[in-house]
Amino acid sequence: MPYIDPAQDNPPIVVVQGLFKAFGLIRAVDGIDLTVKPGTITSLLGPNGSGKTTFVRILCTLLQPDRGTAEIAGLDVVRQAAAVRSIIGLAGQNTAVDDILTGRENLIMMGRLYHLDSKEARRRAGDLLDFFGLSDAAERRVKTYSGGMRRRLDLAASMIAYPPMIFLDEPTTGLDPRSRLGLWEVIKGLVERGTTIFLTTQYLEEADRVSDTVAVLDAGRIIRQGTPQELKDCCGGDTLLWVKLANPASTNTAAHTLRTLDSEKLRVDAVTGLLHLPAREGNTTLVQVVRQLDSAGIDIADLGLRQPTLDDVFLQLTGRRAETESREQSDDGLEEGEPSGRP
Amino acid sequence: MTGSDVTVPKQKFVWVFKDTLTVAWRNVLRFRRLPRLLVFSTIQPVMLLLLFTYVFGGAVADDAAAYIQFLLPGFLIQVVVFGSSQTAVGLAEDLSGGLVDRFRSLPMSRPAFLAGRTLADTGRYLFLVALIIGIGSAIGFRFENQALPAIAAALLAVLFGFAFTWITAYIGIMSKDVETAQVAGFVWIFPVVFASSMFVPIDTMPGWLQAFARNNPVTFTVDTVRTLSLGGAIWENLWKSLASIAGILLVFVPLTVDRYRRIP
Ligand SMILES: Nc1ncnc2c1ncn2[C@@H]1O[C@H](COP(=O)(O)OP(=O)(O)OP(=O)(O)O)[C@@H](O)[C@H]1O
Ligand SMILES: [Mg+2]
Repeated sequence: MPYIDPAQDNPPIVVVQGLFKAFGLIRAVDGIDLTVKPGTITSLLGPNGSGKTTFVRILCTLLQPDRGTAEIAGLDVVRQAAAVRSIIGLAGQNTAVDDILTGRENLIMMGRLYHLDSKEARRRAGDLLDFFGLSDAAERRVKTYSGGMRRRLDLAASMIAYPPMIFLDEPTTGLDPRSRLGLWEVIKGLVERGTTIFLTTQYLEEADRVSDTVAVLDAGRIIRQGTPQELKDCCGGDTLLWVKLANPASTNTAAHTLRTLDSEKLRVDAVTGLLHLPAREGNTTLVQVVRQLDSAGIDIADLGLRQPTLDDVFLQLTGRRAETESREQSDDGLEEGEPSGRP
Repeated sequence: MTGSDVTVPKQKFVWVFKDTLTVAWRNVLRFRRLPRLLVFSTIQPVMLLLLFTYVFGGAVADDAAAYIQFLLPGFLIQVVVFGSSQTAVGLAEDLSGGLVDRFRSLPMSRPAFLAGRTLADTGRYLFLVALIIGIGSAIGFRFENQALPAIAAALLAVLFGFAFTWITAYIGIMSKDVETAQVAGFVWIFPVVFASSMFVPIDTMPGWLQAFARNNPVTFTVDTVRTLSLGGAIWENLWKSLASIAGILLVFVPLTVDRYRRIP
């Protein structure tokens, strides 16, 4: 049985150095260095097209990098690909289950292909079906499953061999809030047993909820790595306050007024016209903002508190929104270094 | 040696066979459940056998009874060769979804993914050959040789199907999508099947076509199956047939496996 010593000072289980992969002109993975400690959850946070799937596919031996190296438990993902496969589990972005087989048959097949013996494969298939709430549908063909059920079966399949390292590419896409919470619990449970998890996500909230470390990916490069708290702090803390003004013409005055509260992190969204600023003291900040705008004679149309998102991280780190854009464009943008469109 | 305390299971050679059986089991389950395959594997060949016997019988031979003696041994090859087009479709289907990523990220043997499929397909041919012999016997076909050559004839047909399945596996793996595989797995089979000694004697073809038909592996194999079933000199065609089967496998197994390993 593969296991991981939970001692803290373990060497990293994943070591990635100078990883590079291009598709034609598109540099999908553009020089990534990364280490992952065993027994932790790492999130790769990035918008569509930032290279998350490409990175995961290289680590799972499905794609050969153009340059650079990646090792899992000291095994090179290119030269020792077969050995790497025996210690990883993957749930890719597209669910990978056989529609014509039943849920149980799918899991047994995966277990057998991980070289569990027949009895053990059956036992674990049963356990996982229970665990993911699929027991009632176990003897039905996967074709008849809902999207969320397929996703859960897919995740179960990646865990059937209890591999020490599991990769999950956007695991909660297509799950309803309850299943999402359930999955986060599963992931935490696995980590308590010593499994290392590497997952990708587009949601800061998700990265925050589950991970020990977050790496922010932008156009194939990691632009920031740290704990979820550090990441949230860099865009103004756990809670942000947003204000919609009754009269857009007063935006500049309002911004000027509010700068006294938090000059550095105040941001005016060029597209929506909303003002965003950290609510470091929650209600107190809220009251202060209302007072200040009121005494400046500026009418508020709407306001509220919210949690920071990927967009906030991106605006803070790059000055751009985290949106899908042509990679050629973003490559140009990267050459210039410091972001330009910062408010 | 390793960077952390993860135990890496040792790779064992015997897994190639175990994995092959697991994948074959999966594909057999699929065959049984996919109506498309059921039609391809039962109704269509039986219908064709009846049509050929009763429509062409009178024209090509003296009557249907005489024609089926000529037709059936060739027909065994026809069903496996046409049946092999389904390998291309099935593989392309597997490759077009996310499923192939899962298989390729598992510690299973990579050739086993393909071997399992071709093994399951070969099981399908065994069923088809038995079915056609059964139906053929019901409408008048008789083996004129002993039991052993008759069994050898059936097995040779299945083996030939196994070889052709690797050709269409290669086509399937090279196809970008299921539709392409459907067409590409099928079109080339027509000339290969019809320009042979399968349905009519080669002498009736124009000279240029005769040259092709006489060197067609299908002809070697049909002639061998025919002599095994009905009597006559066996070795002359048998070695050519076995050599072409070996040749096909030697070319297409490595090509397909290599392609599967290097899927982008
Ligand atoms: N096989 C391929 N051929 C050509 N371009 C590709 C290929 N795979 C990925 N790309 C490109 O590489 C870039 C990164 O893609 P990738 O799928 O890794 O992004 P992602 O972060 O996973 O996006 P998403 O959130 O949409 O899943 C994209 O611009 C994509 O178009
Ligand atoms: Mg992706």
